[in-house]
Amino acid sequence: MSELEDSVDFANFPDKSGHFGVYGGRFVSETLVSALDDLTEAYQRLSQDTEFQRELDDDLAHYVGRPSPLYFAERWTHKIGGAKIYLKREDLNHTGAHKINNTVGQALLAKAMGKTRIIAETGAGQHGVATATVAARLGLECVVFMGEVDVKRQALNVYRMKLLGARVVSVTSGSKTLKDAMNEAMRDWVTHVDDTFYIIGTCAGPHPYPMLVRDFQSIIGREARQQCLAQTGRLPDALIACVGGGSNAIGLFHPFLKDESVAMYGVEAAGLGLDTKDHAAPICKGKPGVLHGNRTYLMSDENGQILHTHSVSAGLDYPGVGPEHSWLADLGRVNYVAAEDEESLAAFRELTLVEGIMPALESSHALAYARKHATTMDKNDILIVNLSGRGDKDIHTVANIDGISIT
Amino acid sequence: MSRIAACMEQLKAQGKKALVPYFVSGDPSIDITVPLMHAMVESGADILEIGVPFSDPAAEGPVIQLAHERALENDVSLSDTLDLIKTFRQKDNTTPIVLMGYCNPVEIMGYENFAKLASAAGVDGLLTVDLPPEEAGDFTEILRQHNMDNIFLIAPTTTTQRIKLIAAQASGYLYYVSLKGVTGAGNLDFKHVGERVALIKSITDVPICVGFGIKDPESAKQIAQFAEGAVVGSALVDRMASAKSADEAIAATTPFLQSLRQAIDS
Ligand SMILES: Cc1ncc(COP(=O)(O)O)c(C=O)c1O
Repeated sequence: MSELEDSVDFANFPDKSGHFGVYGGRFVSETLVSALDDLTEAYQRLSQDTEFQRELDDDLAHYVGRPSPLYFAERWTHKIGGAKIYLKREDLNHTGAHKINNTVGQALLAKAMGKTRIIAETGAGQHGVATATVAARLGLECVVFMGEVDVKRQALNVYRMKLLGARVVSVTSGSKTLKDAMNEAMRDWVTHVDDTFYIIGTCAGPHPYPMLVRDFQSIIGREARQQCLAQTGRLPDALIACVGGGSNAIGLFHPFLKDESVAMYGVEAAGLGLDTKDHAAPICKGKPGVLHGNRTYLMSDENGQILHTHSVSAGLDYPGVGPEHSWLADLGRVNYVAAEDEESLAAFRELTLVEGIMPALESSHALAYARKHATTMDKNDILIVNLSGRGDKDIHTVANIDGISIT
Repeated sequence: MSRIAACMEQLKAQGKKALVPYFVSGDPSIDITVPLMHAMVESGADILEIGVPFSDPAAEGPVIQLAHERALENDVSLSDTLDLIKTFRQKDNTTPIVLMGYCNPVEIMGYENFAKLASAAGVDGLLTVDLPPEEAGDFTEILRQHNMDNIFLIAPTTTTQRIKLIAAQASGYLYYVSLKGVTGAGNLDFKHVGERVALIKSITDVPICVGFGIKDPESAKQIAQFAEGAVVGSALVDRMASAKSADEAIAATTPFLQSLRQAIDS
């Protein structure tokens, strides 16, 4: 553990202006500054408010279905022959992923702030579905922005959102994927800033989003910490989670940051390989820059243009990453690694066959790395992998790769 | 004195208001940019705002988004834009030029490095949409050391307290965003814009240019009644979008620009 890290109190970040060291902040057009100030103020007030917290806890227990289990994957552990692997089962949440932890929280904020209209960006559609779900429940108007490319490859989730009463706007600008959906959501927000609440789906965007998304997702790590202590009598030795924007990872990691004995690995999407152009691994291969309201590691070219990304999983197909991860990477507190499409697909198939659990392709990246890393650990060591979502949404993609067409 | 300050003082002495056209460098093709800049000055433009192409122009409406996409298809970058301005300066050493764009290209070039290169190319100001004063840090001072103004935005939602904070760092001019929305959006509420501009004027002497949503002589004239300048972007960019040559782009935009000039002066 480095000296620098010893002196860092992780609980004190971001600082008041929303920075994690040089990362984070609020790189937005002036029109949005007052809305972000209002949101910061409301969040600070409500996070101290016992009634708000009670309502949030209640929703997490009875609507989302928390706590999610910490499951010992015994057969998979034996097959791999390394550390004991536990899965944090976010796939069992309502709507099938960790995304709902955040949308439930932000929806309560929206309600408390008197907003009547909800907008969101989505890539795979999981965050869009989780947003449409909470909007339906609160009776709020909901508009979800989704790149045209993703609308095509995630048709099932588009229809799910429509059934939930949301309007899905197909975004045709730029690369027509998640980053462009986020641009379009920003444009909508600037235009309807008085009555609209923007529910950002990951721990990126301008301050206070990276902080509040982290806080809402930290339920994952708080539970996992308690469950691990209760089930094994000790803390885990390592944590592994996939990193798109990084919300499921920061949710698992954050409550353990001060536990020096716990090693952490964030797994980015290596796509066709880190040495090709076709990946989505900004920490492993990018450099710091500014996009979507914050300074963070980004994939951009020598002229500062944001690069196209590739991953077999739509939820990891994003050129940036939450600013707290950039900071944790520089501090050396969390190790950032990457898993390729192929090995992630193999992990998807293996977990399905060996444990009867079909993981999301995003989560499969964490599993692919876990599989390799477990063998470098002692048999008595404990490794927790965040199973951020279930794979139902990916069956089409996997079938396509197998050359099977399902209509 | 900087070119922007000199321009604003001269206009004031003449009792005139600034006409500020905006278009994206390299749109619709790279060889159109410099001739078009000269033609715009001849048609009555006082200050030129040149958009720097960016892959993710999150504050722009559809018309200017497409302009950025066309410019990127032509592979035009921030450093190409500086080269174009250097060329423009060979014939025009007085018209102020403000670059308008997004943070990342400048961040990647390096803030000091940008200031040095832009100043050498003949740039007078920089308007970075996604770099509010809190994040600008000492960049404003770096620009000033290189004789450039950091042009800040003030929006309909900016509180009085923030207007003071922004005005304290401002030089050149302040850009008042006339509406809640993206570039090229809806109809302006002139009464409201007038009230906001009056509020800003009660706080600072820095000249105020108004932009977003000025699309015809009538709206330019209205704005010129209370602000020091009117910025026109989408309406121009739209007119030149399919131009195949500099002559076509000039023919498509200068009569419109002249009509704005007349309306503002009348
Ligand atoms: C199941 C699942 N895991 C992970 C992610 C990636 O997001 P994040 O890195 O914010 O957790 C997504 C995004 O769509 C997802 O659906």
